[in-house]
Amino acid sequence: MSGVNKAQIGGFLARQGILVAFVVFMVGFTLANQRFLDPDNIMGVMRSSAILGVMALGVTFVVISGNLDLSVGSMMSFSTIVVLDLHDKLGPALAIPAMFAMTLCLGAFIGFLVGYLKLNSLIVTLGMLSAIHGLTLTYSGGQNMDIADKEGTWFSVFGQGEALGIPVPILIFVGLAALLGVTLGKTPFGRKVYAVGGNGTAATFSGIRRARVVFICYLMSSFCVATAGLIQASRSLGSQNTVGQGLELEVLAAIILGGASLLGGSGTIFKTVIGVLILGFIQNGLLLVGLQFYVQYVVTWVIIILAVWLDIAAKRGKLWSPIA
Amino acid sequence: MQAGSLSTFLKRGAIWGFIVLELIFFSVAGEFMSLSDKAFMDVDNMLLLFKQSAPIGIIAMGMTIVMINGNIDLSVGAIYAICAIILLDSMTWPIFAGLGDWAIPVAWLLALGAGVGLGALNGLIVWKTGVDAFIVTLGAMLGYRGLVFMYNGEQPTSHLNWTLVDFAEAQVLGLHTATWFLLAVTAAIWFLMNKTVHGRNAYAIGDNREAAVNAGIRVGPHMMINFMIIGFLAALSAVVFYSESGSVNPNDGELYELWVITAVVLGGTKLTGGSGSIISTLGGVLAIQLLRKGLAHIGADTETVNLVIGLILIAVLFLDRQLNIKGKEELKV
Repeated sequence: MSGVNKAQIGGFLARQGILVAFVVFMVGFTLANQRFLDPDNIMGVMRSSAILGVMALGVTFVVISGNLDLSVGSMMSFSTIVVLDLHDKLGPALAIPAMFAMTLCLGAFIGFLVGYLKLNSLIVTLGMLSAIHGLTLTYSGGQNMDIADKEGTWFSVFGQGEALGIPVPILIFVGLAALLGVTLGKTPFGRKVYAVGGNGTAATFSGIRRARVVFICYLMSSFCVATAGLIQASRSLGSQNTVGQGLELEVLAAIILGGASLLGGSGTIFKTVIGVLILGFIQNGLLLVGLQFYVQYVVTWVIIILAVWLDIAAKRGKLWSPIA
Repeated sequence: MQAGSLSTFLKRGAIWGFIVLELIFFSVAGEFMSLSDKAFMDVDNMLLLFKQSAPIGIIAMGMTIVMINGNIDLSVGAIYAICAIILLDSMTWPIFAGLGDWAIPVAWLLALGAGVGLGALNGLIVWKTGVDAFIVTLGAMLGYRGLVFMYNGEQPTSHLNWTLVDFAEAQVLGLHTATWFLLAVTAAIWFLMNKTVHGRNAYAIGDNREAAVNAGIRVGPHMMINFMIIGFLAALSAVVFYSESGSVNPNDGELYELWVITAVVLGGTKLTGGSGSIISTLGGVLAIQLLRKGLAHIGADTETVNLVIGLILIAVLFLDRQLNIKGKEELKV
């Protein structure tokens, strides 16, 4: 009887382990510093997590479909630089759709290469990381980009504005998460994404157009990247060429923390949001406890490996791997 | 010549053909577009090319064997930075103060030992937990970088030892010290992968892990040894580079993993494991460095280098698939 209970507890921990860890962290940090649960603090964490979070939403689709996207960081730099540049040339009302169109073109190109030409997504997006970085530098001439009139533009609303007392970046993040969560969990397209990632051959034989699903996943990813670039540009109203550098790996870290498998076929938008929030709250909690920002890297390292390890250990029923 | 061996020959030779094309293109284009009146294929220029290829090239040799083994290592840039800091900082530690210049070999040993240790930690985690190497080393990339920052905050770590600088800047038989290290590492890794049991087993594991296990090969120790070798080589790369430069920023080595993987893939090594050649990786490293130098030589902006390399990487992937597509059904799925 107790064995059954133990197995049930083990199963629950394996399925909801990351939620349990999340709660443990929240309690721990709250005990360590009362300010942690302050509404202002929580709002601040969510606001600073919004950019990473929005990008992670799109990449979740790509990962579930069984591919990777390492280009989102440099693509985010690209959209930030482009929208800032066009802001002064065309005005914000035209600059935003123009930037979205250009970023979607990049996403479509990657989607074409990975989906229709069936090239390895890791290498394609690695190449695009480098290529888009070069494109951004060529576009900006290596200069930082700044908006001339920082006071008199309504463009800052996306990064600095508030509605109903809630910062706009959070609203965008939550709204997009709800929309994409429903798309992934409740629509035929969402089920196709899982099917393609779970078993591509079986999906093809059951009449799913694999190439088109992968293509759309990359389009969605680039749409999210453009949104993140918009928030970033609007928040700072000026930017370096390398603003998104390294974000691709933090995005993957958040998705892995959420429990998605890099082999595809598993993961949800909700879990990715939890992964993003865990990263954000760990960072904030460690700062409030008085540690330097870089301690979070070490903590993230340990948590990622523990999270994935426990996940697969629960699935195979043994703690240590069977590798001889 | 049979069709199979012809396509193998084409694939093996492709990277060298590409290098020759680059040399011709930049030499001809340089005549018209270059601002300097020196020829591109100047001896000094080519010697410098080898020297500048060394930091990425030494790590790329390790990445090749890890990828042949069917794994990947994203943490090499961070290991590189940690070892660089240990190298420079340990020479100033009071316990070594009495050693004089004997502090140099001690510092080298400490840095190389740290590299092996960090690589072993990655390998051990991959082996014992069964977590995918991509995830383990992605985590380690963050974690090791955190350790770099914890060591000295955001300050650069500097220490110049002139004996060391003289050694690093020396030229033996016309080649720089760094070049000798690159060549020695290439030769050693080539020997390891082609003439030893470990090398053959590494290929076998990457090609078909089930079959390797059934043949009685112990997968874990081989993976761990390969991670230790790449850790060692990342450390060696840092030792070679920072012996000369004498100052390391906590951000140094960032994106190295991407450059290294690009060079290895250009050289024709498969991400899926089981195939790849050390000599072709050397070709990939030289091709990238040649492209950088060449574009600078003809007066192109340095920004375009990233653009061109990224597009070439994708083009190589495409061509490689076209060459392989007839024989391999699974690629069509």
